[in-house]
Formats: sequence, C-alpha cells, structure tokens
Amino acid sequence: MELIPKLPVAEWISDATDWLTDTFEFLFDFVKNDFGDFIEFFAESLLMQIPIWLFIAVVAVLAFFVSKKRIGLPVFVIFGLWFIQNQELWEELMNTFTLVIFASLISVIIGVPFGIWMAKNKVVETLLTPVLDFMQTMPAFVYLIPAVAFFSIGMVPGVFASVIFATPPTVRFTNLGIRQVSHELIEASDAFGTTGAQKLFKVQLPMAKKTIMAGINQTVMLALSMVVIASMIGAKGLGQTVITGLQRADVGTGFVAGLGIVILAIIIDRFTQNLNTQRGDQS
Amino acid sequence: MPVVQVKNLSKIFGKNSKKATRLLDEGLSKDEILKKTGNTVGVNRASFDVEEGEIFVIMGLSGSGKSTLVRLVNRLIEPTEGSVLIDGKDLATMDSKSLREVRREKLSMVFQRFGLFPHRTVLENAEFGLEVQGMDKEERKKKAQKSLELVGLGDYVNQYPGQLSGGMQQRVGLARALANDPEVLLMDEAFSALDPLIRKEMQDELLELQESMKKTILFITHDLDEALRIGDRIALMKDGRIVQIGTPEEILVNPANDYVEKFVQDVDRSKVLTAENIMKRPETVDIEKHGPRTALERMRKEGLSSIYVTDAKRRLYGYVTADDVSEATKEEVKDLKDILRTEVPKVDKTTSMHEIFNIIHDTAVPIAVMEDEKLVGIIVRGAVIAALAGNEVNINGIDS
Ligand SMILES: Nc1ncnc2c1ncn2[C@@H]1O[C@H](COP(=O)(O)OP(=O)(O)O)[C@@H](O)[C@H]1O
Ligand SMILES: [Mg+2]
Repeated sequence: MELIPKLPVAEWISDATDWLTDTFEFLFDFVKNDFGDFIEFFAESLLMQIPIWLFIAVVAVLAFFVSKKRIGLPVFVIFGLWFIQNQELWEELMNTFTLVIFASLISVIIGVPFGIWMAKNKVVETLLTPVLDFMQTMPAFVYLIPAVAFFSIGMVPGVFASVIFATPPTVRFTNLGIRQVSHELIEASDAFGTTGAQKLFKVQLPMAKKTIMAGINQTVMLALSMVVIASMIGAKGLGQTVITGLQRADVGTGFVAGLGIVILAIIIDRFTQNLNTQRGDQS
Repeated sequence: MPVVQVKNLSKIFGKNSKKATRLLDEGLSKDEILKKTGNTVGVNRASFDVEEGEIFVIMGLSGSGKSTLVRLVNRLIEPTEGSVLIDGKDLATMDSKSLREVRREKLSMVFQRFGLFPHRTVLENAEFGLEVQGMDKEERKKKAQKSLELVGLGDYVNQYPGQLSGGMQQRVGLARALANDPEVLLMDEAFSALDPLIRKEMQDELLELQESMKKTILFITHDLDEALRIGDRIALMKDGRIVQIGTPEEILVNPANDYVEKFVQDVDRSKVLTAENIMKRPETVDIEKHGPRTALERMRKEGLSSIYVTDAKRRLYGYVTADDVSEATKEEVKDLKDILRTEVPKVDKTTSMHEIFNIIHDTAVPIAVMEDEKLVGIIVRGAVIAALAGNEVNINGIDS
C-alpha cells in the first residue's frame, strides 16, 4: 500500500479543466455572453411580458387538447398557476421554466443523435454505456464546479450542469428504441432497398418514437430536478427562493417555492406523457 | 435465360468459416461440420435455376435452410461461397448502390410474420417500396391503391395493420410486394402463419393472380401439401442441401432418395392427413336469425340435401334436411328448432384420416369438423376417398 504514493488525480482533473478554460476561452465567453443574453431575453422580454391571465389561459387550453379533451389537467393548470402567481412567484416560475426548457432542448438535440449513433454502432454502444452510467451516478453537485470554471455564475452554467445531468436518458432510450425494432421489419426495410437514412427516418425512428419520448420525459424531469442545485451557482428561479428559505431557516418560504416546482413538474410531465401517442397503436 | 440462377451457393454461420468451408467442399455433412468446427451450415452448395413466370417452391423441414437460402437470393445474408445471378448479373460482386437498385426494381419479398410497419396505414405500407424509390406521392398512391384492390383490400386503405386479421395483413404484405411490379417475388413461408382455411384461400388467390401476372415466384414452405398445390417445380431441402428438384409428379412418383420417399409416403398413406386437411368451408344457417325458408333457399342454391345449424358464434346445434324443411315451409313452421336433428357425426380437427374413414361409412350427412365446440368445416365422402387415393388435387380437399 505504502509503495504507491497518493495519485494526483484531483490535480490532473484540475489541470485539464484549467487547460480547457484557457484554450477555449473565446468559445466559453461567447456562450456565456451571447447565449446568456438570449436566455435572459427569452425569460424577461418574452415570457414575462405575456399577461399572466393570458399565459394561464393558453396553457389551460393546450392542456385540454393535449389530454384528449379531458378536464382534469386544465383545471389543475389553472389552479396551480394561479397559486404560484398568488404567492408572487411568477417571475421565478418563468426563470425556472426557461432553465428547464433550454436544458431539455439542448439535451435532446445532443442526446438523440448520440442515441442513434449508439444504436447503429456496437463499439460506440460499448464505449458510451459506462460514460452514461458515470454521468448519472456522479453527484449532480460536482457538475457545478466545471460549470463555474467555464461560464462563471448565472443561468448559463446552470443550463450546462443540467444538460450533463439530464442527457443520459434521452441517449439511452433512443438507443433502446431503435434496437427494439424487430429484426423482421429491418429485413423488410432492407429488402425494399432502403438506404441507411431511409431506414432510419421511415422505419427505425417512427417505431422508436414512443420509447424516445419516454426518455425525453425523463430528461425533462431530471432537468427540473437540477433547478435547486443550479440556483446555488446563480441560476435564477424558484430554486433560488428555496435556497433563500434554507439560508434564513424560513420553512414557509422554502416550502411554497418547492410546491411551485412540484406544480411545474406535474404540468410538464403530463404534457410530455400525453404527447406520446404513436400512430397505429391498438388501444 | 433463367431469371434467377443460383450456383453452388453456401452459407456457413459462425466464426472461422474458412475451415468449415473446406470441410464442406470435402463433402462432410452439417452435423459433422458442427461437431468439428462449431459452425452451423445454413445452406450447403445449392444450385438451381428459376425460369421466367414459374412458381419455384423450396420445401423442407424447419431448420433445413430455406429462409437462409431465400435471403441469400436478395443478399440480406452474405454468402460464404457461390453466386446468385438475377437476370444474368451477379449479386455478390455488386456495390451497395447497385444492390439497392436490384432490390427496389427486381426483387420483392413477402414475410412469414408479414413484416408490416405498424405505424403506417395499409396504403402507406403498400406504398413503401415506391416511396423508397423516390416516386412522387400521387403516382405511388395510385399504384399502391391498385395493388391493394388486386388483393381485395381496396376498402381498407386507411386502417392500420393491427386492425386487420392475419389473412388480411398478409394480403397487405403481398400488395406491398406487388406494388413495385418486381420481376421476382420471394415468399418466405408467406402463408404458414395463417389458419388452414385462410391459407387455402390465399393459395387459391395467389394461383389466380399468377394466371394474369406471370411473375417469377420463389416460394418457401415447410408444408408438402402447399408445395404440391402451387409449385410448378419443387426443390426439396435437407440439412442445407437440395436433395431433389422436380415437378410435383416427378417428386411423388420418382422420389430421388429415402428422405424424399419418406416425405411422399406420408402423403400416400395419408396418416399425416387430418380432418383439417380435407375439410371445406361449411354452409350453415343461423338458428337465431334464419327460418326454414332461408335454409331451403340456401340448400337449393348450393345443391345440398342437408345443412348445418349454428349460432352467430358458430356453436353447432344440429342440422336440418331438405325434406324436413320443405315440409316445414308448407306447414308454416317458423322455427328451425322444431325440425332440428341433433345426431351429428362430429370429429375434432386433429382427427386422422384413418378414423374419419370409419365414420364416414355410417353417415348420410357430411361430418362436422369441430374446434373448441365450434364448427370449423365439413368433410364430404368424396374428399376422404379422393385423399386416400393419394391424388394431388384431392389432398387439398375438393372445391365444389
Ligand atoms: N443468424 C444465424 N446464426 C446462426 N445460425 C443460423 C442463423 N440463421 C439460421 N441459422 C441456422 O441455419 C440453419 C437453417 O436455418 P433456416 O434457414 O432458418 O431454416 P428454415 O427456414 O428452413 O427453418 C439452422 O440450423 C439455423 O439454426
Ligand atoms: Mg424459415
């Protein structure tokens, strides 16, 4: 045991991060500034400018159609959002919503292609599987450190950390969905002379849609679960209110903000789940 | 020139197929090669030609290599040795682009479990091949629609495959293959997953379509009856090898070896034949809906002297005779129950020919073939006698 001195793993990682920070400074700065501005614009100049009653009405109507004209979800939307507004947490809600939207979108944009690559290539699958396991089991707090190193504080590092944490399910489920397509259907596709792309877009992806959507649902939920953690590095929103409650030992404030997150989670979850119906399903 | 030429074609599954190939050339059998190398021989030096407009059947027991062989023909499986020529062009040396073109234009395949895309409507399924070719929407819709009408599914275009019965699904499979107007149809046990009566119907339809289409068809089956019924020529496969190629008559009369003879003997002795093989679709009347008048009319139309009575769920109640029914209509009897005869000669659908032969002597009405208390077919005396005589048409029942 004594023969081997403590390996300087921590130093290596730190050095690597420093090197990355220096080398890609121009890129990180660009993302931090321009992308940061865009996020702020989206939250403050778009979402927050919509009159609250109109926002609630639109979401409620969408909920009505998304849930196949059932009344439960729209009623929940109206009461839930009204409650958040009543607690004077509307701006926080819009910020949190923005964070979740951007983190989820980026996760999906990155995750689906990787999932496809994994499904089409055995070697990639073998290499990526442990990486994905690692990404999901590493405590989410750890991602805050490089996020701050690259992007300092604010929304952008929050999105960055959330993306790392939330992407794996989309990759996994895309891979799974494509691999689940039965051998006979792949043969049928090949027998009619499809190119790789035709097979992917006409057979594999449509048939994997349900599974991929289940993965995306998980990704969105994970992004939402990062909200409080991300607020520790300055991401605005309901998470910050929770942290404030913690710092002041103010149970009430923390609880109300937490309730707001739960309401948002339920709405997003029902939306993504109800959107997930496949053509030709027997039900 | 034959449309499909298969020359010395072999497929060995597993790693290290080099050694196995050498042993194959030395003439070792599938079992020996498996023992020596651990490799499975799928197809063992098969050679045959398929002429234009011919239905060429490949027949063999499960595991004999039929599916592998047909997939070598459109190169879904890469051959270990040998070559496949379509219109004289060797598939094995083609690049992937030319191969795709051949698959799009010359070869279409029909699958055992249908291979339909569940997320596409019947029409969109039938369009698939044309869509892949890049044909524009209107044109391919028209062609797919026409192809569906050909198989009798013109009214189902907007349904999804999951909403159709097995027989109808396979019709979609056939329509999808035909929409491409290919030169060669590859059918891998296309009817094997269907119920016996539907299977027979599909065989009839295929033969009928073939009258006008004159396609070159490579048809795979494990069912000798089916092979004899639809094949112009039959190749018998065993352990990856083709053991005999000939017309149905040649195979029945001059079996090339013991293996073929055993196959054929089974047919002659009709020990393997069961009620299911020789039954035909029953004419029935519904005890709840129909009266003596309908029964009489139906019997007249079909030239029957008796007819079976069931309910809507095909549960068997008995039969009525023509004499009783015409009596009843005169005396204004309204209910079939009053003239119902319940002593019915019944057999299960798995009953062997041998037993049926004993029963049919003592009965005046056709034998009812049952499955789970339901009437699934009837057997008339002629069918039994003809089947025992071992002649090809009658093995498959008589269509009156
Ligand atoms: N992908 C495969 N890998 C290994 N062995 C296979 C594969 N496909 C088929 N085989 C073997 O090849 C032989 C022929 O199979 P197959 O062509 O499916 O027979 P059939 O269609 O006549 O039932 C069988 O022994 C089977 O186990
Ligand atoms: Mg097979």
